[in-house]
Amino acid sequence: MKKWVGKVRMLGLFSLMAIFLTACGKENLTALAPKGYSAERSFEVIIISILVMTIVFVVVMAIFTYVLIKYRRKKGQEDYVPEQIEGNKTLEIVWTIIPILLLVIIAVPTIATTYDLADESQKDDSINVNVTGKQFWWNFDYVNEGIQTSQDLYIPVDTRVYLNMISGDVIHSFWVPTLAGKMDVNPENENVMYIEAYEEGVYWGKCAEFCGDSHSLMDFKIVVVSQEEYDQWIENMGTPMEEEPATASAQEGKALFEQSCLSCHATDGATTAPAIGPNLTNFGNRTMIAGVLEHNKEELVEWIVDPASKKPGNGMLNAPYLQEGISTEDAEKIADYLLELKSTEVVPEFEPFEDQ
Amino acid sequence: MSTLAASNKRSFWSVVWDYITTVDHKKIGVLYLIAGGFFFLLGGLEALAIRWQLVKPMNDFVSAGFYNELITMHGTTMIFLAAMPLIFAFMNAVIPLQIGARDVAFPFLNSLGLWLFVFGGIMLNVGWFTGGAADAGWTAYTPLSTISPGEGMDYYVIGLQISGAGTLMAGINFLVTIINMRAPGMTYMRLPLFTWTSFVASALILFAFPALTVGLFLMMFDRMFDSAFFDPAMGGNSIIWQHLFWIFGHPEVYILILPIFGVFSEVVSTFSRKRLFGYSAMVFATVLIAFLGFMVWAHHMFTVGMGAAANAIFAVATMTIAVPTGIKIFNWLFTMWRGSIQITTPMLYALGFIPTFTIGGMTGVMLAAATADYQYHDSYFVIAHFHYVIIGGTVFGLLAATHYWWPRMFNRMLDERLGKITFWIFFVGFHLTFMIQHFLGLWGMPRRYWVYLPDQGLDLGNAISTAGAFLMAIAVLILLYNIIKTAIKGEPCGDDPWDGRTLEWAVPIPAPHYNFKQVPLVRGLDPLWVEKMDGRKEMTPSEPLDDIHMPNNTVLPFVMTIGFFIAGFGFIYQKYDNALNALIFVGMGIALGAMLVRSLKDDLGYHIPKKELEKEARK
Amino acid sequence: MTEQDIMNPKKMPLQPEKATLEGKNKFLGFWFFLGGEAVLFASLFGTYLALNGSLNGGKSAEEMFGLPLVFIMTMLLLTSSLTSVYAMHHLRNNDFKRLQLWMSITVILGLGFLACEIYEFYHYITDYGFTFRSSAFGSAFYTLVGFHGGHVVFGLAWITALIVRNAKRGLNLYNAPKYYIASLYWHFIDVVWVFIFTVVYLMGVL
Repeated sequence: MKKWVGKVRMLGLFSLMAIFLTACGKENLTALAPKGYSAERSFEVIIISILVMTIVFVVVMAIFTYVLIKYRRKKGQEDYVPEQIEGNKTLEIVWTIIPILLLVIIAVPTIATTYDLADESQKDDSINVNVTGKQFWWNFDYVNEGIQTSQDLYIPVDTRVYLNMISGDVIHSFWVPTLAGKMDVNPENENVMYIEAYEEGVYWGKCAEFCGDSHSLMDFKIVVVSQEEYDQWIENMGTPMEEEPATASAQEGKALFEQSCLSCHATDGATTAPAIGPNLTNFGNRTMIAGVLEHNKEELVEWIVDPASKKPGNGMLNAPYLQEGISTEDAEKIADYLLELKSTEVVPEFEPFEDQ
Repeated sequence: MSTLAASNKRSFWSVVWDYITTVDHKKIGVLYLIAGGFFFLLGGLEALAIRWQLVKPMNDFVSAGFYNELITMHGTTMIFLAAMPLIFAFMNAVIPLQIGARDVAFPFLNSLGLWLFVFGGIMLNVGWFTGGAADAGWTAYTPLSTISPGEGMDYYVIGLQISGAGTLMAGINFLVTIINMRAPGMTYMRLPLFTWTSFVASALILFAFPALTVGLFLMMFDRMFDSAFFDPAMGGNSIIWQHLFWIFGHPEVYILILPIFGVFSEVVSTFSRKRLFGYSAMVFATVLIAFLGFMVWAHHMFTVGMGAAANAIFAVATMTIAVPTGIKIFNWLFTMWRGSIQITTPMLYALGFIPTFTIGGMTGVMLAAATADYQYHDSYFVIAHFHYVIIGGTVFGLLAATHYWWPRMFNRMLDERLGKITFWIFFVGFHLTFMIQHFLGLWGMPRRYWVYLPDQGLDLGNAISTAGAFLMAIAVLILLYNIIKTAIKGEPCGDDPWDGRTLEWAVPIPAPHYNFKQVPLVRGLDPLWVEKMDGRKEMTPSEPLDDIHMPNNTVLPFVMTIGFFIAGFGFIYQKYDNALNALIFVGMGIALGAMLVRSLKDDLGYHIPKKELEKEARK
Repeated sequence: MTEQDIMNPKKMPLQPEKATLEGKNKFLGFWFFLGGEAVLFASLFGTYLALNGSLNGGKSAEEMFGLPLVFIMTMLLLTSSLTSVYAMHHLRNNDFKRLQLWMSITVILGLGFLACEIYEFYHYITDYGFTFRSSAFGSAFYTLVGFHGGHVVFGLAWITALIVRNAKRGLNLYNAPKYYIASLYWHFIDVVWVFIFTVVYLMGVL
């Protein structure tokens, strides 16, 4: 029996190594390939602690294996009574002192980075975004720029951005693993964290605090662009769209939208009114629909007709238009209109589901 | 099944009545084992449903709402209704025997604690049949839990309140039992380690559970009587719940693990045929862990926004717990060192426990590093960590205890071959399920996710994890088969089947209901071993044979519990109709009435006359 | 020890409450129970301190609380604690009549306290609209003080039941521990009140 046990263990070990090495998770989602300041600080502490802990594990397993092989009861030893050892002072002091020293190695960087990541000294000179988490979407309010948007948070590369976070209902948690660890979004007090990204790109964000039925579908993105693009984006977002929709379908869609949707969804990026539903300015350039659906007309129509099937328990289920019901044709017109809402040339390259 | 088998001749209902009214710690232990085992299987089924939902991306095996009920009830059931009661099962079955007592200090409370747990557990699960069980996570964070519609969370609040009261009683009972009921010579520093660790765990229960009681009261008031504790709109603060919950919740994990450290200390020592290495260090480490366990609750809240100073302090405080825990690991290793290791099923679990729990402890230290925790927190890394300590620690320990003390409780040995097969399947399945979850967390999978999107690098890991979960289920089925087979075909095992060291093996199997005809004299650590080394087979009695005083059976604890159970429904449903307040009055009336009867009616117990004992001895 | 020795002891020992194993267990177990109760009240105090500024537009502690009434309540409860000490003194003296008398006085003082508390709550509700549901402060106040009040009610019922039940049969080793732990409970209630007086009322007004 012992032989196959050993084999199974080896096999398990190798397959684990293989998984770990070949797939370090998805780029711009995994915390193991950090591309931002905070994630990098966290990653350093993770690595230090793994190294220290590996030493401990190796020592334990070495003693464990030795003892198990050497002192296993063998044939003819059935009546053998070992010496009854009470203990050993020296040994006990050793395995008290050494772990303390090892813990110090972990504790020092932990304390240093804890204070570092809570640093608010540059807050007043930085970009400030008020983040509001709601079941199950995110609102982003650029305080000084007077811009409101949702779901996609645009920030300039290599720049510290402060997020002032509060919840509109239950507790959420803001997590962009590749850029920064998480911070809870509480209903009664504002939490502040900063993020700084090293590379341009689109990063996956997740809600990490259990918040109800569609907790697992409360994704958002952080779109990191160059400083120039960011400036342009801000300027474009604050400028209302002048031209009418191009197609007849989209024109009808606009009328329908203004009749049924506008009471909750603003299409004006410079609005100062509090957002009831996500602000849809520049919706045509969104990375995804509702944070989790591929950005195309088909998905959008399905979403408008039956949002419950895509995100159970979301706020749109109470919308009056759904009580009356909506035809697929009308939904298509609204979709045509929404997909034409493009305020800016700053468009992130993004393929959410590359393998499909 | 000594007690059950012996009573086969009696009618079924008389056996039921006997168990409902019993105050015998051994029978109460059996009832805890049955009820805890049932809830363990229930929680396991919920776990399988969770894993099946996650076997592939965007799966639609269960709806979001039902999934949330599954995860909530899985956690709540496993912690409150399976792990703790199963620990109580062995504490009841073993501790009075280990310290040389004829019963616990408060047999009445013992019975009451059991029934409160059972009916609290039923109450928690009633929600399934009334439109949805609790669905805000086992941690029930406010305000999600206070605004959760339906009665699911009401059942959570009332069910936990009832079963929590039972747990508190059990805790006080064991504290007093261990202090007051020890046999002559059984000094504190001769207590078996299972007794010591259970003693410390009982103290943790005493000081941790009231915080949960208060938290549950506040939640109950908010949900049922419109108070404003957790409602930000009325000036309430939802973070208070988190503090109260974790002031209870962190000691709770030590309540779950400390007695198990005791189990492994007994098992490792017995099957290495060697006294525990560094006994006093082990005791000291246990007390230290318990003490530190109260200072670290906020490490569950690093991302709440407490500020850098609080995070740093709680991080360092948490890390210090690794030191006494490490001491324990090394002491077990050195107990085996120069011993004579016999690999039985319980020992196999102990051997599997050491590396597994070491990994769980390592990830524990990693989680304590606050900045690293910003990444781990509420991700699958945390899920992996606490399953490594709770399954790798508590469940392995309970399985070891089951195999180790089964002959003590039921006069039958569980099949060793099947036991070892169970271990290996469970062990492999466990690591398959949870090792990969560390990585899933770091790859960006938060916990309590009903679905995950495709192409996020999470598919393979989740599939592996699900496969492992089903292996664990197979292992549990084999264990069940083993138990049934043993109950039907097993032979009586006779006294002291493991060549034991502690006092519980000095009691004949099956044990007389008064445990010890004459209370033994304890002459050292591992008292039975001491006598064996001196060439004796039995303990030396510390007193001449005399009448034995025993408590009477009583149905009052059961009645009291029924009262609270009825009142619970009143509290839950009074918001719909004022007339249902009557249920509260009826239920509380029954409970308080039973209390009054208990208080006013003399109950002095009975005596087994010396003559009868002598007669038995001659047989 | 036979039944006879317990129910009709020939000679009362010095500490009748701890003369039997059951008595010793009760004594120790009850101390542990009070330890748990202390955590319970500590949690309630913590909650109160976190929420006592959350007025939701209502009146603050300073505007509502009047010390004279609370002072009378404090005196009543402190005195009742003292009378229960006298009762325990007579329990050790094996003077059952005086034991019953002082326990009865304790109950009367406790009832006085309770009457004041009910009046106080009534006053806040009718005169200030300050209720359990008006603000987080209200919820926390009524829960903390109400939990204490609930303990008082339970204690009074318990002591009364003991007085009535044992009126005819006198002191023995079976009921001595019951009297003793009831008085322990009463002291605990008193101690909690001292904290409530300080934290809720004094700190609220000053």
